[in-house]
Amino acid sequence: MKWIFFHKLGSPKWFFDISGKFLPWFIVIGISLLVIGSIWGLIFAPKDYQQGDSFRIIYLHVPAAILAQSCYLMMAASALVSLVWKMKLADVFITSAAPLGALFTFLALFTGAVWGKPTWGTWWVWDARLTAMLVLLFLYFGVISLQTAIEDTLLSSKATAILVLVGVVNIPIIKYSVEWWNTLHQPATFKLTEKPAMVPEMWIPLLVMVIGIYCFFSAVVMLRMRNEILMRERKTKWVQRLVSG
Amino acid sequence: MTDMQQNINLIQVLKRVCVREYLGASRHRQAFINPLVFFAIIIALFPLGVSPDPKFLSLASVGVVWVGALLSSMLSLDNLFMKDYEDGSLEQLVLSAQPLYLIMLVKLFVHWTLTGLPLIIISPLLAVMLYLDFDHLPVLLLTLIMGTPVINLIGGIGAALTVSLRSSGVLVSLLVLPLTIPVLIFSTGAVQASIDGASVNGYFAILGMLLMLAITLAPFATSAAIKLSVSN
Amino acid sequence: MNFESFDSFINMGGHGLYVWLSYGVGLCVFVIALTAPLMKRKSIIKELSQLQRRKQRSLSSNENSTGIT
Repeated sequence: MKWIFFHKLGSPKWFFDISGKFLPWFIVIGISLLVIGSIWGLIFAPKDYQQGDSFRIIYLHVPAAILAQSCYLMMAASALVSLVWKMKLADVFITSAAPLGALFTFLALFTGAVWGKPTWGTWWVWDARLTAMLVLLFLYFGVISLQTAIEDTLLSSKATAILVLVGVVNIPIIKYSVEWWNTLHQPATFKLTEKPAMVPEMWIPLLVMVIGIYCFFSAVVMLRMRNEILMRERKTKWVQRLVSG
Repeated sequence: MTDMQQNINLIQVLKRVCVREYLGASRHRQAFINPLVFFAIIIALFPLGVSPDPKFLSLASVGVVWVGALLSSMLSLDNLFMKDYEDGSLEQLVLSAQPLYLIMLVKLFVHWTLTGLPLIIISPLLAVMLYLDFDHLPVLLLTLIMGTPVINLIGGIGAALTVSLRSSGVLVSLLVLPLTIPVLIFSTGAVQASIDGASVNGYFAILGMLLMLAITLAPFATSAAIKLSVSN
Repeated sequence: MNFESFDSFINMGGHGLYVWLSYGVGLCVFVIALTAPLMKRKSIIKELSQLQRRKQRSLSSNENSTGIT
């Protein structure tokens, strides 16, 4: 087994160098995919036969929601790595990804609310998915506030890792319970559209947007991780050389 | 020396943790009474703020009692580890040869008998003030008996993570409250089902599962967090 | 192309407000997400280089003083 790659991953300097090479590509590809996808979705995709043009919000709402949820899972995976292998880079990832996850959860909730107004008639519905997303936003807030409350960097990243893991154990339970609660309190459920599958002209732009948002997320996470590394490693020689040079 | 250490076995350590906890509580009685008063005030504020109409109140009573119980148990989390952290006894517990998991479990259980039980004892009184039907009181009590330990166990994780902070105040609630949502949902659901005349078995099965999960998993996270907080 | 004119594109079949509101906020979110770390990077580099200069200055002044005595 070659473990060199794995050990290299733990080195902040190695990550800093490598991410510097990939970063411009991710930014360019991410932004261009997002622009292409939203223009495609806004202008060229056919309108929904029930919801008309308001369904075009889907091209923003669904990618943001997917990213918001998977961001927490990524954080949980790196929390495990951080606690088991004590890898510095995993801590840096959690610190950098949490605010982004909160931002995209907010975007998903906001677009969901705006989409709800024309389709359901209200801005907010205590629907299972919306409520679960709201709880996810609270979880992100908890992670961010624990992180900022503890000043010692090492302690704060370990504490955050534990909290993220506790949260990820709870997420399935919360999701399941919210769904149960929803069927109890709300017999008349709102369904988005009751039609078969989406036509390709509709879902291809959606796919483009999802890939674009992941590229964008990777780029921004790398940017944030690089900042975090600079701050954490400011006493090392390579950072000092970089700053002065 | 080694004989001495072996003589203090696990049961004795747990017993001492227990006794110490009760002794500490008897010296700071106010810290355990305040959350109860807070609980009563929340319940009293609700009819004043919304409506004193008996029909409406009996509909809302379960939810109000449960939300009040949740919030007031957040208040008592602060004095769970704080004193032990400040006088260094938490460090001794971490260094002791006995499993921290069991010590934490005992500590949390004692804490529950001091905060959760009184809450459960006064809740029928408050529920009746909100016009909850007598027939459904046992169900409410049973949900509280099964639900408040879960809240304490999850709260213990939050308290352990923030024990090294000077002012943890709202932070603990922020960390813990989202995680207690399932308990709230299934507890109020059980009472609602009993009011609707439906079977409550399913709800109690799930509450039992949550309790078992919390007992088995939460002390692990708590002791990991305690070790972390003490190490710095 | 789904829309006959630019006006109908803006109008979005009567849902213009909702669609453009979400996309507007979406644009803001993306712009904030991208610019915040870029600006932070600038301030970090500035702060660190200032720190370094100060350290060097104090180092060189120390050397001077030891040189004199």
